[in-house]
Amino acid sequence: MVNLQTPLGTEVLDLRAGDTVTLSGTIYTARDEAHVRMMEEGIPFDPEGAAVYHCGPVVQDGRLVVAGPTTSARMNRLSEFLIDAGVRALVGKGGMGPEVVEHLRGRAVYLALTGGCAALAASRMTLKGVYFEDLGMAEAVWVIEADNLPLTVGIDAHGGDLFRAVREKAKTQFHQRFNIKQDTVS
Amino acid sequence: MMVHPADPTLSSALADATERALQEAEIRLPPDVLAALRRAAVAERDEIARQELGNILENIALAEERQVPICQDTGVPVVYLTLPPDVPFSPALFEGVREGVQRATVTIPLRPNVVDPLTRENTGDNTGVGMPAVHVTPGERLTVTVLPKGAGSENVSRVGMLLPSQAGEIPRFVAETMLLAGGKPCPPVILGVGIGGTFDMAAALAKEALLLPVDTMDNYEQELCDVVNALEIGPMGLGGDTTALAVKVKRAGCHTASLPVAVNVQCWACRRATVEVEW
Repeated sequence: MVNLQTPLGTEVLDLRAGDTVTLSGTIYTARDEAHVRMMEEGIPFDPEGAAVYHCGPVVQDGRLVVAGPTTSARMNRLSEFLIDAGVRALVGKGGMGPEVVEHLRGRAVYLALTGGCAALAASRMTLKGVYFEDLGMAEAVWVIEADNLPLTVGIDAHGGDLFRAVREKAKTQFHQRFNIKQDTVS
Repeated sequence: MMVHPADPTLSSALADATERALQEAEIRLPPDVLAALRRAAVAERDEIARQELGNILENIALAEERQVPICQDTGVPVVYLTLPPDVPFSPALFEGVREGVQRATVTIPLRPNVVDPLTRENTGDNTGVGMPAVHVTPGERLTVTVLPKGAGSENVSRVGMLLPSQAGEIPRFVAETMLLAGGKPCPPVILGVGIGGTFDMAAALAKEALLLPVDTMDNYEQELCDVVNALEIGPMGLGGDTTALAVKVKRAGCHTASLPVAVNVQCWACRRATVEVEW
C-alpha cells in the first residue's frame, strides 16, 4: 500500500494499474462546468502536483455532508489542460477514455474511488474553501483536505488501464457467449 | 370541467409521507439490497472487487451512523402512489409530493439535481416541469413509494425495439447494455427489464421492476443475471465476479409486430422506501 500526499511529484510515475493507494492532503473538486470555466478563465489553484477530484458534493453550513466520486468519462475531453498545467492525479469513478490515457502517459495517474461511497469519502475529508461558487453546489470547485482516501490506480502513467483491460475481457466473453464473429458492438 | 380545490389536509399528509420516505431511502438501503451486497462480498473471488465491496459496505454503515445520504448523487425524485377508492385523484396529490421533495431537499439534505433540460438552470429544490415524476395506481391504502434515481446508471439505460422474432435475443440485448456501460453505472448493478407494452411502457416497466425485491429471481431473471455476470465487469468496472446483484423483469402485452425491451440500470445503491400516508 502506497500512501500519497499532495502536492504529488514523480512518485506517481511508479504506480501501476491495480495498485491500492491512499491519498492525503489538499485536493480540488471539479465537474463538467468547472472544467469549462477553468479553460476559459484559468485554474484558480496551483495546479503543480495537484489532485483533481471528479465530485459534486452535498455541502451544508460550510460542511461536507457527502462527497463521493462522479463519472469521470464526462471529463474525457476536458482534462488535457489540467495535466499540461502539472496536475498529477485525476480522481473519480468509472475510468477515462483512451485520449486521457495518452495525456497521462509519463506525467500523471487516474485513481478510482469506489462509486457511491459518499459517506465514506466525506468521513475522510474536511472542507477548506471554494472557487466558482456561482456554478452551484454540484459544479463549484471545492477545496478539500483529504485524510487517507482509499483508492485503486485505474490508469497508470505507462498506458496501463485496468478499466480497459476489464472492458476488453468483457467484450471477449460477450462475443463468445453470443457467438458473434464480427465486432458489431461499438 | 370540475376543478378540485387542493385539499390542504391530504396535501400536507402527502408532503410529510414523501419527506419521510425520501429520508428513509436516501440514508438506509432496503434490507434485501443490503443482504445481496453482503452475499456478494462473501462470494467474490477477485481481490480488488472484494475491496470495492468492502468500501461499499463500510459506506452503508457510515451513512446510517452519521444519518447522511448513502451517495452524493441523491438522484431525481421518482414517486409511485397507490390510491384507495376513497381518495380523489386531484392536484392535491401532486402538490403534496412536490412539497415533500422540496422539504426533503433542505432537511436531509439532498443535492439540488433538477435543471432545465436546455438552459441547464438549476431550480434549487429538486422540482421542475414534470418533476418529481409521479405515477399513480389504484391500491387498498394511500402509500408513497420513492425511488431516487441517480444519473450515472440512468444514463446508460436503453430501450430497444426488437423484432417479434427476436425474443431469444433479449439476453444479448441485456448483456450488451452492461457491456456498453462498463463501470460507469457503479456496478454491482440491479437491472430492471421491461418487456413488451409500447416504446414508453417498456421503459416504465423497467423502472417499476427496480421496486421488486432482489432476494428472489425466477429462472428467466437468473439466466439474464448469469449472462451479465459472465462479463466479469465487476464492482466499479475494475473486474470481478459481481457485476449484477439481480435482474428483475416486468412484462406487458404488446403489438404482434413489436417487441419493445427496456433495460433500466440501477447502481448498487438501489434506494427505495414506502410510507403509508396518515390523514
